[in-house]
Amino acid sequence: MNLQSSDFELFHLPPQFSQDRALVDARWKELQREAHPDRFAAQGGAAQRAAMQWSVRINEAYQRLKDPLKRAAYLCELHGAPVNAEINTAMPPTFLIQQMEWREALEEARGLPALEDLAKQVEKARRETLAACAQLIDQLQDYTLAVAQVRALMFIERFAQELDGRLDACHDELDPVGKGQ
Amino acid sequence: MALLQISEPGQAPDPHQRRISVGIDLGTTHSLVASVRHGVAECLPDAQGHVILPSVVRYLPDQGRQIGFDALAAEAEDPENTIASVKRFMGRGLTDIAGREKLPYRFVDKPGMVTLQTRQGEKSPVEISAEILATLRYRAEDTFNDDLYGAVITVPAYFDDAQRQATKDAAQLAGINVLRLINEPTAAAIAYGLDNASEGIYAVFDLGGGTFDISILRLTRGVFEVIATGGDSALGGDDYDRALADWVLQQTGLQAITPEDKARLKAAARAAKEALSATESVAIEAHLTLGFAQFDVKKSDFEATTSGLTTRALSAVRKALRDARLTRDEVQGVVMVGGSTRMPQIQQAVADFFGRAPLNNLNPDEVVALGAAIQANQLAGNDAAGDLLLLDVIPLSLGIETMGGLVERIVPRNETIPTAKAQDFTTYKDGQTALALHVVQGERDLVADCRSLARFELRGIPPMAAGAARIRVTFTVDADGLLSVTAREQGSGVEANIDVKPSYGLSDDQIATMLQESFTTAEADMKSRALAEARVDADRMLLATQSALDADGTLLNEDERIAIADLMKLLGSTLATSQDAKMIEDATTTLAKGTEAFAAERMNHSIQKALAGKDVTTI
Repeated sequence: MNLQSSDFELFHLPPQFSQDRALVDARWKELQREAHPDRFAAQGGAAQRAAMQWSVRINEAYQRLKDPLKRAAYLCELHGAPVNAEINTAMPPTFLIQQMEWREALEEARGLPALEDLAKQVEKARRETLAACAQLIDQLQDYTLAVAQVRALMFIERFAQELDGRLDACHDELDPVGKGQ
Repeated sequence: MALLQISEPGQAPDPHQRRISVGIDLGTTHSLVASVRHGVAECLPDAQGHVILPSVVRYLPDQGRQIGFDALAAEAEDPENTIASVKRFMGRGLTDIAGREKLPYRFVDKPGMVTLQTRQGEKSPVEISAEILATLRYRAEDTFNDDLYGAVITVPAYFDDAQRQATKDAAQLAGINVLRLINEPTAAAIAYGLDNASEGIYAVFDLGGGTFDISILRLTRGVFEVIATGGDSALGGDDYDRALADWVLQQTGLQAITPEDKARLKAAARAAKEALSATESVAIEAHLTLGFAQFDVKKSDFEATTSGLTTRALSAVRKALRDARLTRDEVQGVVMVGGSTRMPQIQQAVADFFGRAPLNNLNPDEVVALGAAIQANQLAGNDAAGDLLLLDVIPLSLGIETMGGLVERIVPRNETIPTAKAQDFTTYKDGQTALALHVVQGERDLVADCRSLARFELRGIPPMAAGAARIRVTFTVDADGLLSVTAREQGSGVEANIDVKPSYGLSDDQIATMLQESFTTAEADMKSRALAEARVDADRMLLATQSALDADGTLLNEDERIAIADLMKLLGSTLATSQDAKMIEDATTTLAKGTEAFAAERMNHSIQKALAGKDVTTI
C-alpha cells in the first residue's frame, strides 16, 4: 500500500458501489489512529510531514467513500468513464422536463406543506437514481450508462440543496427563537 | 529538527525523561495553564494560589509591565496603557473591531492588524498576548522547576486563519514550542468526555468573554470527531457588560466621555452582571466626569436588554445542527463552557432549545485548559497508553477570487483536517507570464464579504497561448487549522509557495527581533540557558539517531550509513569541546538535515506497515 493506492485499497473495502457506511466510518477512524500527525507530534519535522501526507490522503478517500455520489463518480473514473460534468451537459429530454417542473414547483411553493411534498418527490428520485447506479456498477459493470446516472444525481443534489435552503428559511420564520421542535 | 526516534506512537524515548507539557487557555478575559501531574489534569496556581490570570497587560512608566491582577486593578486609573480583552484584536484590522469607539484605547490602523499606542510605544496584539503567554510559561516552569517542552494552546473554533496565525506567533514570541492549536470546545469535550466516559453525540456551548463557539461532536472509544462547528468570533460576556452599561447611560441620561469613565462603567457593569446571577436586583454605581451614575438594575431589565445577544448565539446553534444534519433531540448532552454560561438566562435558553438541562459538572472556567493539558501530555509522548484521537474540522470555507469578484470555494467548511485540495487554473491572455491569486475565507459569494487572507503572484510562467498553461493550485490546511498554498505550472514546473501569513506582515525575522527586544532577561542568563538547551538538543539528537540506526539501519546503503556516522562524530566532538551554543546548534542542525530523508523513509515504512496490518474484520 502507498499514497497512490485506490481509496478502496486504502480502506480495505471491496471496489464496489454498495458500502456499509458504519464500516467506512470505523475504518476511517482506525486509519487516522495510525497516521494522524498528532501521533507523531514529538518526532520532528520529517515525521510530521510524512504523517500529514498520509492523513490528508485518508481524509480525501473518506470524503469520496462516504458520499454515494462521489463514490459512484470515482468508480466510473477508475473504470475509464470520467464524469466530466463541466464539458458533458447533455441530458435526456424527459429528465430535463422533470427538472423544469421541479423548479416551477419550487418557485410557486408557499408554506411548509408544499415544500415538504416537493422534498419527498426529490428524495424518491434520488433513491431511484442511486439504485440504478448500484445496479449498473455492481451488477452490470456498465460504466458508460452509470455515468449518465451520476450526472442526473448531480442535478438532483443541486436542486435538493436549493430546496433545503428554502425549507430552512421556512423553519426559521415559523420558529424564530428556537423553542419549538 | 528531524528527530529520528520512532518508538511506539505516544511513548517517550526515555521513560525517565518526562517532558513538561501544558495546556494553555488564552482567554479574552482570563487565561489559565494546566498540566497532567500523576495522571490527573490540573490547573497550575501562581505563587499567591490564583489559578486564573486576568488577560490584562499594563505598560508602566518605567518600562516595566504588570500582567494579571495588578494590571486589572489599575484598569480604571490608567486605561490607555492597560490593555484588556486583547484577544478581540488578534488578526483583526481596525474596521473589524465592533464598538471600538467605546473602548479607551488608542488604536493605530495598520494593514491586516491594528496596533495600540501605549506609553511604551506601539504594541501589536501579538506582543501583548505574548506577555500573557510568557507569564503562564514562567508559572509552569517554576512549578516544575524545569524547562517547558511544549504547549497546546486553545483558540475559539470559529477563529479564522489570521486569528490562528496571530495566536501561534504570540506563542513563538513568548518562547513556547506550540505542539498544536486546538479548538476550545474540542478541548472542553476532551476534559468532559474522558471524565465521564461518554459516547454519542454531544454539543459544546462555549460562551467566553469575547467569543462564542458551538461544536457538535461524536464521541466513540477515545475518538473525538467534530461533525460541525459554528459561532461568532465577536460575541461574548463583554458584549453583555457593554449592553448593560449602555442601558444604564440611557436610563440616567449621563455620558461616559473619558477613557477613565468608560473603564469605570465597564467594571461596574461587569460586577452587576455577576451579582445578578445570584440576586434579583443590584445597584450599579460609577463615578463619571459628568456625575455619579447610580441605578438599580433588575434581573428582568438585564435579560431584556441582552436578549438580542442570546438570540444571536442560538441562531448559530441552529445553523451548526443543520450543517451536521442532526436534529436537536439526537444530541445526548450539552456541555456548558466559559464563564459567561453562568448567566441564568443562558442556562435557561439552552435548556429550552435542547429540551434538556445542560451539563455543568466541570468548572466552566477551567475545563478548556484541562482538556488542552490532556492533549499536550499525549502529544509530548508522556502517555504511552493514551488512545485519544481528535478529528477536528475547518470552521470557515476557503476559496479564491475569480472573475467579477466572486468566490470559488475550494475547501468547504466543516471538512475534517488535515486536508488538501487542488484546483487547476489557466491564463486568459496570450503570452501571459504571471497569475495573481487572492485567497479568502468565509461563506459569502462575494469576495468583498469574505475575509481576505492573502494575495500572491505566480511569476515566470512560460509564454503560451491563452488557455494553454495549466496551473495547479493546492490548498493545504494542517492539523492546527492553518492554511498554506502552493502553485505549480504543470508544464514547466514553476512553483510558488506561501504560508498564508503575510496578511499582516510578521516575518520570522521580525519575530526574532521582537523576541530580543521584548524579553529583557539578563544577557549572561540567556547565554547559559541557550548553551544548556543546545546541549540537551544535541544529546537527544545523537541518541535518537543511534536508536534509529539500530532499528532500521538496513534501509540505508553503505554510503548513506557512512555519511550519517560522520555527521554524528562531528556533533559528538563539537559537544565535547565547544562552549558556544551556536556551534552546537549548527552541528545538530547539520545532523538533522543529513538524516531527514532517512527519517521520512522510516516514517512511511512504519505507517504503511501499520495500515497494511489492519483488516476491517479486526476492527
